[in-house]
Amino acid sequence: MSLVFDAVLCLVLLAGALGVVTTGAARPAVIAFIGYGLLLGLAWVRLAAVDVALTEIAIGSGISGVVLLRCVRALPAEPLTPAPNRMLKPLAAVVSITIAAALAAVVLALPEPAPSRAADVAAALPATDLGNPVTGVLLVFRALDTLLEKVVLLLSLVGVWALSRDPACRGRPAPLSPEPAPAPSAFLARVLAPIGVLVGLYLLWAGADHPGGAFQSGAVLAAMGLLLVMGDQIRTPAAESRGLRLLLLAGPFGFLAVGFAGWATAGVFLGYPPGAEKAVIIAVEVAITVSIAVTLGLIVLGPPAGEERP
Amino acid sequence: MSLIADAFTLVFVAAGIAFFAAGTLGLVRLPQTLSRIHALTKADNVGLALIVLGLLPQAANVLEGAKMVAVWLLAQLASGAVAQVMAEAVMAETKATKDAAPPEEGHP
Amino acid sequence: MADLLFAAATLLLLLAAAGLAALWRAGNDVDRMLAVQLLGAAGIAVLLLLTPATGDPALLDTALLLALLAALAACAYRAAFGPARQKAGTPPAVPRP
Repeated sequence: MSLVFDAVLCLVLLAGALGVVTTGAARPAVIAFIGYGLLLGLAWVRLAAVDVALTEIAIGSGISGVVLLRCVRALPAEPLTPAPNRMLKPLAAVVSITIAAALAAVVLALPEPAPSRAADVAAALPATDLGNPVTGVLLVFRALDTLLEKVVLLLSLVGVWALSRDPACRGRPAPLSPEPAPAPSAFLARVLAPIGVLVGLYLLWAGADHPGGAFQSGAVLAAMGLLLVMGDQIRTPAAESRGLRLLLLAGPFGFLAVGFAGWATAGVFLGYPPGAEKAVIIAVEVAITVSIAVTLGLIVLGPPAGEERP
Repeated sequence: MSLIADAFTLVFVAAGIAFFAAGTLGLVRLPQTLSRIHALTKADNVGLALIVLGLLPQAANVLEGAKMVAVWLLAQLASGAVAQVMAEAVMAETKATKDAAPPEEGHP
Repeated sequence: MADLLFAAATLLLLLAAAGLAALWRAGNDVDRMLAVQLLGAAGIAVLLLLTPATGDPALLDTALLLALLAALAACAYRAAFGPARQKAGTPPAVPRP
């Protein structure tokens, strides 16, 4: 019976993907994409990747939905020119289909059983005191990748801020809505945001032993921050604030500091001090969670609008 | 005992699905957006409540059951508020089109 | 029992998908948002049904997250497409007395 469910889910996913690309207008396409992200979360659950499912639900249908809806607002209602080139759409379709077919061919060409380091991870996991192998891989076995990922996230914020009209990136990002928040949105922000912060912290804490962790937690916290901004409960933060920039840097630089300290304590870059692995890992997780939350939120809010005139 | 629990689960989950079906039908068939919101919240609230109630005997421990109830409460809160948000969006849109309709009148 | 729970989850998924497809062509954008909300509610129910069916308690966390973030899209929709939305480049309107 689970096979029937999976087959139905696959069909609905395909239909959803087709719905996203064949819907002509931008607004329905974005709404379809939000629903598609939701279905993709279910698919990850069925693939036994609950960590990815949590990320997909938080990012795919939550935060990127906010970004895309904002983009639609910024676009003109009617495209100014009919289309730059009639060949563009078929060309894009051909390129996408080729990439999908190539990926499918690569997956089908994998030897059976597929090459995997899962057994190595399972064997080495007890040394880290962690119960969740995904967290073990992210923060211990492939810590360098995670560190660089945080740097990439920071760089993408730098890219967004580079679009600011103010060369020094001062001021606050424009509010998400030009008008004051309607009462229902404000109510939702007031009531839901505290619960959401609690859920975010829970995911961070659970990440050591169960699915969850820094990225999922940071994404939830960022989503709650956006909810508060949309409900007019908090203002968008001023980009020149020293505290804000410290929060942005806490994760990557805290992780980097732990990495360098690894040479002193464990004799290797990104090594954790023997005996205190778990405490240090949790400290790193807290720092990167804060940075992820602030960075994601600021990426959604967009470039600062320049210094405020009194 | 397990048989009774399973029967309980089946009855309540089936009832929950029936409410979801009614909600979907209402969402598709009702004529106005505001009444569609009404149909949606029925599926959200009662359908989900019945399913959670039915699944409680299947929970592995008390904590899991409590979490299920927490999910339902959260969905309840969110769906109620979302209904208000969407309804407000509909009202605001209607008002905006009404305001925009007679452009020759001018503003005082 | 697990099979029956999977069957229930399949039914819910099909219901939500059918609702989405039917509203997609007929309705306006608010209706489409409602259909996505229905899909979200069905997704929560599916995840709750799969928890005992698969015996993985972590699925409850995904259901929790789905319930939490269902509201975000609606709020973002309202914030992005308020009635008084400005055309790009025009200054914000002065509130009327």
